[in-house]
Amino acid sequence: MWYFVAPKVVFGQDALSHLAELKGKSAFIVTDKNIVKLGFVDKVKEQLSQAGMQAAVFDEVEPDPSLQTVQKGVALLNQYGPDLVVAVGGGSVMDAAKAMRVQYERPDIKPEEINPFISDLGLGAKCKLVCVATTSGTGAEATFTIVLTDTADQRKLSLINHEIGPDIAIVDPELARSMPPQITADTGMDVLTHAIEGFTCTWKNDFTDGLCLKAIQLVFQYLSRAVKDGNDMEAREKMHNAACIAGIGFVNALCAMAHCAGHSLGAVFHTPHGRSVGLFLPYTIEFIGEVREELWAEIAYTVKLEVPKGRRAAATLAQAIRGLAHSVNQPLSIKETGISLDSFNTAMEKLIDNLMADGSLIASARIPNVAETEKFFGYTYEGKSVDF
Amino acid sequence: MAILFGSQDWADALKKALETSQSYKEAAKKWEGDIYIIVEPDASYKHRNIVYLDLWHGECRGARAVKDENEKSPKYRIFGPFTNMKQILDKKVDPVQSMMTGKIKVKGDMAQIMKMPRAAVELVNCMTAFETVFPD
Repeated sequence: MWYFVAPKVVFGQDALSHLAELKGKSAFIVTDKNIVKLGFVDKVKEQLSQAGMQAAVFDEVEPDPSLQTVQKGVALLNQYGPDLVVAVGGGSVMDAAKAMRVQYERPDIKPEEINPFISDLGLGAKCKLVCVATTSGTGAEATFTIVLTDTADQRKLSLINHEIGPDIAIVDPELARSMPPQITADTGMDVLTHAIEGFTCTWKNDFTDGLCLKAIQLVFQYLSRAVKDGNDMEAREKMHNAACIAGIGFVNALCAMAHCAGHSLGAVFHTPHGRSVGLFLPYTIEFIGEVREELWAEIAYTVKLEVPKGRRAAATLAQAIRGLAHSVNQPLSIKETGISLDSFNTAMEKLIDNLMADGSLIASARIPNVAETEKFFGYTYEGKSVDF
Repeated sequence: MAILFGSQDWADALKKALETSQSYKEAAKKWEGDIYIIVEPDASYKHRNIVYLDLWHGECRGARAVKDENEKSPKYRIFGPFTNMKQILDKKVDPVQSMMTGKIKVKGDMAQIMKMPRAAVELVNCMTAFETVFPD
């Protein structure tokens, strides 16, 4: 037995106008200062006003949002008492809004106490949550996960529960147009990693496979175009859709070792999330290798890659991903991210500890031991294809 | 030789499997806390089995078949009906997914369990490292 959970998704040009159709008295917009500056919050307020809703704005969400920021937002939510929470931004904003909404509706549950084993949260009685994505990466507009930082304890909290996802996801490509090329590339690699890991992890299932494959196909076809020309609206729209599709795909399965390694590197060296996980993706495909050979072959077929006779699909796919990453100026090794060998070696124990402790590792089709993890990081530092 | 599920021999075999599993040691190296594994009777099984495990930083300091649930006050209790537990032991379902869908219940410090889900998976792997026979 397993579940498949997804919000109502409103996508395509002008999807933002769906906000004008919503019912409610007042809305609480959760965002960050950059999104306000880009004018997106004004656009959202305009739509809400057409729905007859007043809106208050909380624009203090920082990258890697903290528990403390969530508490601040909840205090304002309690004062304002809205029946709609609207998150406008990327993954950080949407995750913070999800946590605020839970505590607003269930003050007896602290955000850090959210876990997959709690059921019947009863969310939605007091307010609905709408997530408006402005980046094409995390898929947080459609997922029931939250990543928060406890600044007091200097630790990341990965929270998951099938009931905490948004009610509505708005996937309007116009909002992704202003993403700079670097962020488009980083977030695009995140999409690809979600989709490939969702399709090949041990929790994969019939309901997620098709979504993941479609997202993989879209990334291979459109990421380079979106990076090269941000005004290529066909590419923007396809990548925006791919992010949401991959989000629904992987969150109903799980991600795997590339995410564990990416989280580990990001926690120590603050490498952007998408860049980190994308960097590790081809290496993890090589590491998992023949355990998932049929699935690598299926992905290769989907993206029209020819697997030469006598060569493994894993190797062919890994090479194609490196080619795509190179074409969008992504680093192909840890060394290329600018991390010195000294710092890398000093951090090795922490990198191994982080990877081994990451929850998603349980769904990796091959789980490394400590010695293999150290070797794996060594290979990825040098940019050497994994052969063990 | 197959070992009778829930017996002291079964608890001893599990302790031995935990002690020799490098994967468990690595996954549970920060684990702190003893556990009851409680198999509850259902339509296909009339017994109630309790195995107590004293687990600490990747080591199994003790394993006992327990008759009276009040004998110990472990930090964690993992419990569920026989049919669901057997599916896990037969590797037909993932233990963490079973917990997430409520097929298997857990009581205790959920934050610690969430930090070390692989310890749970490796614990189950150790339970399947030897042949088990179930009482009629």
